[in-house]
Amino acid sequence: MSDLEALVSQAESDFSAAADAASLEQAKARYLGKSGSLTEQLKGLGKLDPEARKEAGAAINVVKQKVEAALEARREALRRAALEARLAEEALDVTLPGRGQLRGGLHPVSRTLERIEQLFRGIGFDVADGPEIETDFHNFTALNTPENHPARSMHDTFYLEGASDVMLRTHTSPIQVRYMQAHVARHGGAEAMPEIRIIAPGRVYRVDSDATHSPMFHQVEGLWVGESVSFADLKGVVSDFLHRFFETDQLDVRFRPSFFPFTEPSAEIDVAFMSGPLAGRWLEIAGCGMVHPNVLGHCGIDAERYTGFAFGFGPDRLTMLRYGINDLRLFYDGDVRFLSQFS
Amino acid sequence: MQFSEKWLRSFVDPAIDTAALSHLLTMAGLEVEELEPAAAAFTGVVVAEVLAVAPHPDADRLRVCQVNAGGEPLQIVCGAPNVAAGMKVPCATVGAKLPGIDIKRAKLRGVESSGMLCSARELGISDEASGLLALPADAPVGTSIRDYLDLDDSVFVIKLTPNRADCFGMTGIAREVAALTGAPVRLPEIQAAPVSIADRLPVKIENADLCGRFSGRVIRNVNARAATPDWMKRRLERAGMRSLSVLVDISNYVMLEMNRPNHVFDLDRVQGGLTVRWAKPGETLKLLNDQTIELTADCGVIADDAGVESFAGIMGGASTSCTDDTRNVYVEAAFWHPDAIQGRARRYGFSSEAAHRFERGVDFADTVAGVERVTQLILELCGGEAGPVDDQTTQLPPRTPVRLRPARAARVLGVKFSDDQIATLLGRLGLAFERDGGDFVVQPPSWRFDIEIEVDLIEELARLHGYDNIPTVPPTGRLAMPELPEARRGAFALRHLLAGRDYQEVINFAFVEKAWEHDFAGNDAPVVLANPIASQMSVMRSSLIGGLVDNVATNRRRQIDRVRVFEIGRCFAKDAEARPVAGYAQTLRIAALAWGGVHAEQWGSPTRAVDFFDVKADVEALLWPRQATFAVAVHPALHPGRSASITLDGAVIGHIGELHPELVQRYELGSAPVLFELDVEPLLDRPMPSHRTRSRQPSVRRDIALLLPRMTSVQAVMDGLKAKAPAIVQDIALFDLYQGKGISESEKSFAFRILMQDTERTLADAEVDAAVQELVNHAQREFGARLRA
Repeated sequence: MSDLEALVSQAESDFSAAADAASLEQAKARYLGKSGSLTEQLKGLGKLDPEARKEAGAAINVVKQKVEAALEARREALRRAALEARLAEEALDVTLPGRGQLRGGLHPVSRTLERIEQLFRGIGFDVADGPEIETDFHNFTALNTPENHPARSMHDTFYLEGASDVMLRTHTSPIQVRYMQAHVARHGGAEAMPEIRIIAPGRVYRVDSDATHSPMFHQVEGLWVGESVSFADLKGVVSDFLHRFFETDQLDVRFRPSFFPFTEPSAEIDVAFMSGPLAGRWLEIAGCGMVHPNVLGHCGIDAERYTGFAFGFGPDRLTMLRYGINDLRLFYDGDVRFLSQFS
Repeated sequence: MQFSEKWLRSFVDPAIDTAALSHLLTMAGLEVEELEPAAAAFTGVVVAEVLAVAPHPDADRLRVCQVNAGGEPLQIVCGAPNVAAGMKVPCATVGAKLPGIDIKRAKLRGVESSGMLCSARELGISDEASGLLALPADAPVGTSIRDYLDLDDSVFVIKLTPNRADCFGMTGIAREVAALTGAPVRLPEIQAAPVSIADRLPVKIENADLCGRFSGRVIRNVNARAATPDWMKRRLERAGMRSLSVLVDISNYVMLEMNRPNHVFDLDRVQGGLTVRWAKPGETLKLLNDQTIELTADCGVIADDAGVESFAGIMGGASTSCTDDTRNVYVEAAFWHPDAIQGRARRYGFSSEAAHRFERGVDFADTVAGVERVTQLILELCGGEAGPVDDQTTQLPPRTPVRLRPARAARVLGVKFSDDQIATLLGRLGLAFERDGGDFVVQPPSWRFDIEIEVDLIEELARLHGYDNIPTVPPTGRLAMPELPEARRGAFALRHLLAGRDYQEVINFAFVEKAWEHDFAGNDAPVVLANPIASQMSVMRSSLIGGLVDNVATNRRRQIDRVRVFEIGRCFAKDAEARPVAGYAQTLRIAALAWGGVHAEQWGSPTRAVDFFDVKADVEALLWPRQATFAVAVHPALHPGRSASITLDGAVIGHIGELHPELVQRYELGSAPVLFELDVEPLLDRPMPSHRTRSRQPSVRRDIALLLPRMTSVQAVMDGLKAKAPAIVQDIALFDLYQGKGISESEKSFAFRILMQDTERTLADAEVDAAVQELVNHAQREFGARLRA
């Protein structure tokens, strides 16, 4: 049977030599095709006597299986090689940047305002809003700052032509007044008025312009009025806020007596970082105090029963401290190279 | 308020150093804004006399001086131009330490020099560096210059809040320091001057609501040319005031010392008596500062027989002011009601020390003491004979007792004080009180204008106790979940959406150039500022577009070639119906602008300028899932053929379009940006999703291509088809638009996908064909469409 074995090894060698599917199929035909050598041998079996036919048939079948296995192995090898080649062909430069739209970003002061809103919403504050052209009553008088009050000169006010009783609001405090009035209108008849807990962010205006003053800037007003709201609570809320906002315990907060017509006692809030470029310097960051009874009175709230605190932060300053910005004017210059740093 | 620390310490001298004193004041509400030493830190500088001056052999600008500094004569080389024999100067002797220099024996261009003669700048006293600091001829040689010029002193600048007018003088600050530290106060003893003449000046107070009290006296034979003593000059200078002449200096000194504004009239220039009254309209007055003002009826004046002499409580007049030739004076100290003074000076565009004090409130109990103090100093420095003091009182501010309830103080402050603590704190503040049950009934003193109600006292307790000593308490409150309306979103959602679509947020000023309002909003009647900071910021914007266009121009000048910006801000317009502030609409709007390439220049897609439809997709995303209607509309800022109004729920909420080519040129943008502006409010409403069962039946898609006249709007065709579509039509969508080769120039081809489905059964071909035919027929009738072969 050495012929048959030679045939197997010849077939294996021919299949290996086939470089592609077509030549493999040609090689296959030489062995297994209609006139292939194995087919011929099988045809020749009929001439043998039954005993020998049985024996020879079994031997040929073994050889046939070996040839078919060799063929299948070669086919698989070629398919795999072709796949490898295609995958290699299709490879990309994965380091190329993605296609299409990039992302823009929020203004840095907006980032700050959003964080402030989130922090205060976390302790049950709502967000209130109010007009930027404001009446004299809401901007000053209702805030215990009647006409000619010396405190009015603390605010350099933008007035409108042809109207003496309106102005661009100089602070967000008038929103306090509007909110309290609306709150009283809504709950005035109730035995116990629900607490007021709001912050009111917005743009404010003063006649002032240099590296540290912009004629338009932002404030965030805060107000909490209830039956047992004290100066100690004010210190608690403000101090908690500042540590959360700057995400550090390495921050000293101090409250310093001051004066605002609409709060009493009043305080300025200073912070000092314990590390970094501003370490150890007290930085004035906000004003606050207990809502003045006259303000509660103007809004129809019983100042004997209810107390409250209010504060006003400067988000522009908070943003500058948070991101290390040293010139306020950059915020309002619209330079996309500056702004895109805060995306 | 600015003052010398030594002056303060002459009244109250707590055992704390300068820095601690400064901190104490700041933490008590008298914020120390600046604290500077009166001179630099230096040692070894003495008063010296220049004995002789000789030229330097080798240097034209140097002189060789012989100097007596108290010991052996010293040879000192000096470069100052004003050095002269006989002058007294500060001399830094060998071993002296000055800022930046240690004085050693040295040779200057070969000549031995044993010390240095000093300018004011070298000693850190002032910026004067043009020559040596010349000292008075009687300065004692050898004395330390620090002692002689009293330089171991500091200048405090404190920022006083409007409620603490009582601290506009040394006595007030001294009282405050005493209250804070417990140190005793020693105020100068004011003795009534001996009355040696009987002269009086008649004074008539006509208006009690102007002047509550008026005190004064005549002093004759004063020497107005006397020199102001150095100690007074120094205290004035360290308080930020220049020494002018002795009478003015005395007047200012008493104002600073006692917080007691006063006025010294030249008696010989006063005609007849004085009348205190409201001004008559049309009266004019030439002030001390040479400004002439026309008075109104709410201005107080002091007049003599010849007319108005003085702007009461604000500034004296030029005609009766003292000069060097003044011999006889009338010294006046009055109480002017704060509301009679408030705002007047500001109205005339100036301020004065007196007005600043009177409009906040000045002690009304010390007018006579003030006159006596001025008299005392005049007699001491200028000589003279004093007449009797006249003192008229009309109507003084009430000092109603104020009740303080300890429980209320605890409720407001969140800290409990014992009765003893309260009594001690009130006592330290000089606030007299009586007890009434548990309450303290406090008598406010004449110098405090800020103690009228209970909380004023609560504030004083807190201040004196120290804000630092009030606990910092985490807040407690009722825990209730916030309302979270699902059908609303906040403006931050819009910001994040646009930021996610490659827009950068900007914040532009709300005041803009007048031309912008015309160009970008067609608004020739904008809201105008009465006092703009600059002409290009003179009107309030009624549109955000101008700011965004300006952002492009600014960035383009900085070599940026692609800008995508947005802003959310209020826009302002006159509108009689608007609320809450009558007459002014203040609408929150959102606007975005894209300029340059649709994408940042990149490898992956061909460069193409952003166009209308790119930006329209951004508007659609802002509105999604709601659908707005876009209709051809004219907008002053936009290309008339490439702009649209945007209508939602029947109301126009904004516009979109390409910037008008004329504006592209006028604002030097190079190429046209595409922009939109919308009201914010309608964008905040979101439809609440609600589920609808989808049919399980198979759907059928048919595509039709219709040739339509070129100017047909696709929206109109879609709306028309949808309105007429049979019930089985679920959706009609445009999937292709073609103009050009193969179709007539007057036509364009729309390809629509029609999706049909029944909820109950599979559709038969015949039904589908009929539905499509019906749509085609409708398009033919309504829009002149032809089915494209």
